[in-house]
Amino acid sequence: MESIKDKVAIIGMGCSKFGERWDCSAWDLVVEATSEAFEDAGVGPKDIQAAWSGTLGFAGGQSLAYPLKLDYIPIVRVENLCGTGLETIRGATYALISKAYDLVLCVGFEKTKDRGVGGLGSGEPMGGIHPVFGIQATPPGRYALAATRYFAQYGAEKKHLAMISVKSHHNGARNPKAHLRREITLDQALNAPIIAWPLGLYDCCGVTDGAAAAILCRAEDAKKFRKDYITVKGLGNAAGPGCGKMMTTYDWAHWEETYRATLQTYQQAGIKNPRKEIDIVECHDCFSIAELMCYEAMGFCERGKAKYDIEAGTFALDGEVAFNAGGGLKSFGHPVGASGVREVYEIYKQIQGKAQEPSRQIKNVQLGIAHNQGGHPGTFMCSMGIFGVPGR
Amino acid sequence: MVGIVSYGAYIPIYRLSRDMPWLTWGGLPVGGERSVANFDEDSITMAVEAGNSCLQGFNRDEVDALFLASTTTPYKEKQCAGIVAEALDLKRNIRTADFTNSLRSATIAMRAAMDAIAAGSAKKVLVVAADCRMGQPSTEYEQAFGDGSAAILLGSTDVIASIDGCHTHYNDIMDLWRLDNDTFVRFWEDRFVVENGYLANTAEAVKAIMNEQGLKPADFTKAVLYAFDNRRHQQLAKNLGFDYKAQVQDNIFSNVGNTGSAYALMMLAGALEEAKDGDKMLLANYGDGADAFIITITKSIKKLKARRGIKYHLESKLPLASYDKYLRYRGILQGYTFWENQSAATVSWRDRRWNLNCRGGKCLVCGNINFPPQRICMYCQSKDQFEEIRLADRRGKLFTYSKDNLGPSLDSPIILCIIDFDEGGRFYAQMTDRDLDKVEYEMPVELTFRWMHSERGIRNYYWKCRPLRGA
Repeated sequence: MESIKDKVAIIGMGCSKFGERWDCSAWDLVVEATSEAFEDAGVGPKDIQAAWSGTLGFAGGQSLAYPLKLDYIPIVRVENLCGTGLETIRGATYALISKAYDLVLCVGFEKTKDRGVGGLGSGEPMGGIHPVFGIQATPPGRYALAATRYFAQYGAEKKHLAMISVKSHHNGARNPKAHLRREITLDQALNAPIIAWPLGLYDCCGVTDGAAAAILCRAEDAKKFRKDYITVKGLGNAAGPGCGKMMTTYDWAHWEETYRATLQTYQQAGIKNPRKEIDIVECHDCFSIAELMCYEAMGFCERGKAKYDIEAGTFALDGEVAFNAGGGLKSFGHPVGASGVREVYEIYKQIQGKAQEPSRQIKNVQLGIAHNQGGHPGTFMCSMGIFGVPGR
Repeated sequence: MVGIVSYGAYIPIYRLSRDMPWLTWGGLPVGGERSVANFDEDSITMAVEAGNSCLQGFNRDEVDALFLASTTTPYKEKQCAGIVAEALDLKRNIRTADFTNSLRSATIAMRAAMDAIAAGSAKKVLVVAADCRMGQPSTEYEQAFGDGSAAILLGSTDVIASIDGCHTHYNDIMDLWRLDNDTFVRFWEDRFVVENGYLANTAEAVKAIMNEQGLKPADFTKAVLYAFDNRRHQQLAKNLGFDYKAQVQDNIFSNVGNTGSAYALMMLAGALEEAKDGDKMLLANYGDGADAFIITITKSIKKLKARRGIKYHLESKLPLASYDKYLRYRGILQGYTFWENQSAATVSWRDRRWNLNCRGGKCLVCGNINFPPQRICMYCQSKDQFEEIRLADRRGKLFTYSKDNLGPSLDSPIILCIIDFDEGGRFYAQMTDRDLDKVEYEMPVELTFRWMHSERGIRNYYWKCRPLRGA
């Protein structure tokens, strides 16, 4: 196996305003994000040789060709649950390395607010319809199973989850494109209505419309477009066999798929000590407990010890390693197919020093992790990538 | 000698104080409390409960027929006994039949079972009766009715009670009835109904069988008499010359209610729980005529292990918090629930061995239990090396749980559970019949067969867990 480190560059990115975009269709969101990316890269749709469309809600490559009126180029629609956005970048990266194309487009998007009810629904992650198994269980209900068990096993409390949410809202409030731009207090988080015990309202991410786009080329061509491009350092993907909820061997207190994807990604990127080497992590915090267990799965602290780092503020905007500086899924929002690309957008902007709002700009960001896990505890797929300044 | 080999009974965990509907509507208070099937229960699921209770300690493969008696079978075209047979994990080459439409259907089924056994065409027949009828809100019937089920296993060997004689007659009268599309039981004025229906017919059958057998009221240890209600039950006993306190089996009217076609067998189960070798019993059931049976308890009754019957379920109960919960559980008051269409007849048919029979796969290579069953073992990846294993009777402990307010339910929150069985295997289930404040990890649980949801006219059934009942 050959290393993919520093072979592919991101030379332009765009991100729509995230939120309940009642007035926008999925196509409007795609156009909004992609237009920004084109402008950022200084290229146009006619320069794009191939594209990846990341969405759960729409089928086929037409889902991108249609809104952007792309001209009979190869496009595939990618779906990998919450990892969908990052998977568009993975597919594009390999295509560029193979030299099949020179300049490609990745767009992740989702229109979640046309359902008529809140939430994302309760379908089985592996799709299809089952009349009885696993039904009526919502994403918060399923993640709450892990929270209950984690609490029992490691003695963390609801307070620790609340502290994560307070931190994420603090970050999101400073991010102009975020969905939920409001700071919350610990008391608010602790006393919020229960969605799925032990998870309250502020433990759950927004259900959001949005899109994000990236334009990629091989690293050797990147300078033609801009100086401050970033490169792909490593891309991991671990799909669990999905048996955790059925197997007595799963402890419901760690994310195995994220742990496995982390091993792959760190190896490719040459990361030995993430806590020292990584500057920023945009991780999958669909629920506060998801982020807590990511600290451990990604090796930022030992299993069961996250609460001490939460109490110490290790992962705050001004902490040792900023987790979800952009507000995370929690506060920035989670349009499923868009989230992975949006995370890379945050890393890209932070590295470039263009974090829109000075109070949320982190100094000297060199390496960042984007991470998503899709499905539910015991039944995840995990997509992960490390991005950073070239040569770092 | 045809007789009763085993019995079982079931009463849903919820009890509604009858004052709740009475305080809402006024009218006449019936007093006491009634049983209420949980929102995920119906006649099919309650029949499975009673059937399971009855079959504890017996080889299910010995059952040659299953007769389901109910006036509230949820399907009108499609056999419900077949669903009960699958959930009870009975063998395939048996007779199944629904005995419906009559409040007397349980004893009608019982007579058919006795005939089959006497004729030698069946050795053991399971008769299960369950009802979940609805009285029109504001009527006394709403207060008076209860939900429940009972089962008896009939056979000719090892009988705990022999059936020594029976009498049957039919009688056409408009007393209580429902048309095809009626939700609630219709009725004529009770003074007419009780006198010319219930009292006259039940007495006619009892007198006929006593006459035939040369027996008089004093010869009986216990008289198990269908009860129209408490007052009329006493009236019937008095008319027949029984000492109500000493001889008449408790009618569970004040704490359960009139459970329709299940009622007589539930009372019989209650009587059998206390019966002793040599006791002589009378069983009389009413509905569109009457059935009467003379029953003698044998010495085998001592050998039958204690099982969950009337006494057990009476003691294990939760108060239904409000009348509107009853209205919601029965679908009289419909709230907003966003059900996604998850019915698929094809999938249910393919997966019936684990959806209904609750059979998992035990890996022959590593010994681990796979549920749902798999082609490739989750633990050791061996392919197609499984034996089917019934998990419905397993007990376990709650490994973790959540209380999901967002999921679609008629009784939020949904308690999602991961259970580890004591004898191995993990089960992903919802918890029902729960006291919300007493859900905690590692609590003991057992499985129970329940209705999950319906769309496209398909009632989807599956297994949930509940706190170990009576623990």
